Amino acid sequence: MAYSDKVVDHFNNPRNVGSLPKQDPTVGTGLVGAPECGDVMKLQVKVNPETGVIDEAKFKTFGCGSAIASSSLATEWLKGKTVDEALAIKNTDIVAELALPPVKIHCSVLAEDAIKAAIADFKQKQQGGQSS
Amino acid sequence: MLKFPIYFDNQATSPMDPRVLEAMLPYFTERFGNAASRNHKYGWEAEEAVELARKQIADLIGSSPKEIVFTSGATESNNLAIKGAAYMYREKGDHIITAVTEHKAVIDTCKRLEKEGFKVTYLPVKKDGLIDLDQLRAAITGKTTLVSIMAANNEIGVLQPIGEIGAIAREKGILFHTDAVQAVGKVPFDVNASGVHLASLTAHKIYGPKGVGALYVRRRNPRVLLTPIIDGGGHERGMRSGTLNVPGIAGFGKAAEICRLEMATEGARIGAMRDRLNRKLHEALDELYINGSMEHRLPGNLNISFAYVEGESLLMGINDVAVSSGSACTSASLEPSYVLKALGAGDELAHSSIRFGLGRFNTDEEVDYVVAKLVSVVSKLREMSPLYEMVKDGVDLSKMQWQAH
Repeated sequence: MAYSDKVVDHFNNPRNVGSLPKQDPTVGTGLVGAPECGDVMKLQVKVNPETGVIDEAKFKTFGCGSAIASSSLATEWLKGKTVDEALAIKNTDIVAELALPPVKIHCSVLAEDAIKAAIADFKQKQQGGQSS
Repeated sequence: MLKFPIYFDNQATSPMDPRVLEAMLPYFTERFGNAASRNHKYGWEAEEAVELARKQIADLIGSSPKEIVFTSGATESNNLAIKGAAYMYREKGDHIITAVTEHKAVIDTCKRLEKEGFKVTYLPVKKDGLIDLDQLRAAITGKTTLVSIMAANNEIGVLQPIGEIGAIAREKGILFHTDAVQAVGKVPFDVNASGVHLASLTAHKIYGPKGVGALYVRRRNPRVLLTPIIDGGGHERGMRSGTLNVPGIAGFGKAAEICRLEMATEGARIGAMRDRLNRKLHEALDELYINGSMEHRLPGNLNISFAYVEGESLLMGINDVAVSSGSACTSASLEPSYVLKALGAGDELAHSSIRFGLGRFNTDEEVDYVVAKLVSVVSKLREMSPLYEMVKDGVDLSKMQWQAH
């Protein structure tokens, strides 16, 4: 299978690989996928509580090159966005940017799910205090 | 000097040996005759080439040349053996036994026969990839006519106990077919020692050309009859009609002859190279899992799961090395390898697997390059893997609630 140049670039030079402190109340963590399906994404955002803007985003992904590229791209897009703007990111945007073939669309869906899960986790922490 | 990409996928196909090409060349242009033309020199030359190849192949497997039926490849050989025997002996019984780790050319042939009313038992395999002989015995009924078990597995290189299977088949009076494509030419294989009645062979796995294979069909003790699956001019004792692929057959014969003469030294050399690859990987990386028995295995095969790293991303990282993965992402079906799943190790290890197939033209220098490359890519991908991080933090992945998608 041929990969697009952008997928190859994100795979070879992934942006924002790493982890943020899970317990931090300003950090939201999303963990989606399953090992037996061949992809698991962990995506984290650190939100400035004053402005609601995402200051930092980190990911770790177990998955194919397109899954790694989708999550790497997602972290790039998340930085500087407000939480609401982040929720507007659609998997189809990722598909278009990375030129993913049809068999790899699920990678972009997973990235969108990871964004939503991370933000939901952050919001829950804000409402319920230290829930985890 | 290393040549890139390094080819470590010899179980998929092998590069043709230049000596084989040389043996084939005259039969394309100068000696182009049809081996079935009985009344001129062109036909005689072609027939002579075919009969030489038949003997070279027979010598490799300890059979008589008359027991070799040429086909277009192993898929056709498997189809002919299984369908041909099932139809021929249908009045005697309608039950076939095979195993879940067989090649698709066997499994799907059996599935087709099931649709036609035959009954098929698919034996499971043990953790090491071998079938359980007691389960085989227990599966045989009065209606069983055929058992089809491969000699060596294409993904994990595991060698089935074909001698024992042959003995059981004889005792019970049923036919034994083996898909011997991966084993022949790599490890000793003798049709009488193993007691097989039918064996599928192919040229391109033994440094011969693609598009030519053979089926060994036993003629004595007992004489095995097959219903042909291709109708036509009655070539190959009526079992396989169609003009013979003379250049391909000449190449197949030469390839078989080279294997017969060089197998002992070549097997030892390739086995040592494979062991070097395995040892060096284990020295540098933790959490490696070998798929299938190391003891009963082709010398050139190594199938390893690199835990917490997904196979396709690993292949992408080592893009100057040609290998295969059991990962779903590398297969058309988006399912991980059914062979690895059958070992019961869990889908996640199937997704993380790489098959290394070493062969005649590989070198220690290539092994060392591949090891260095793999160690660096696996380490990088593990740094990127949430699973590796969780395990290092003491999380038991099997107890996690995953949201499957």
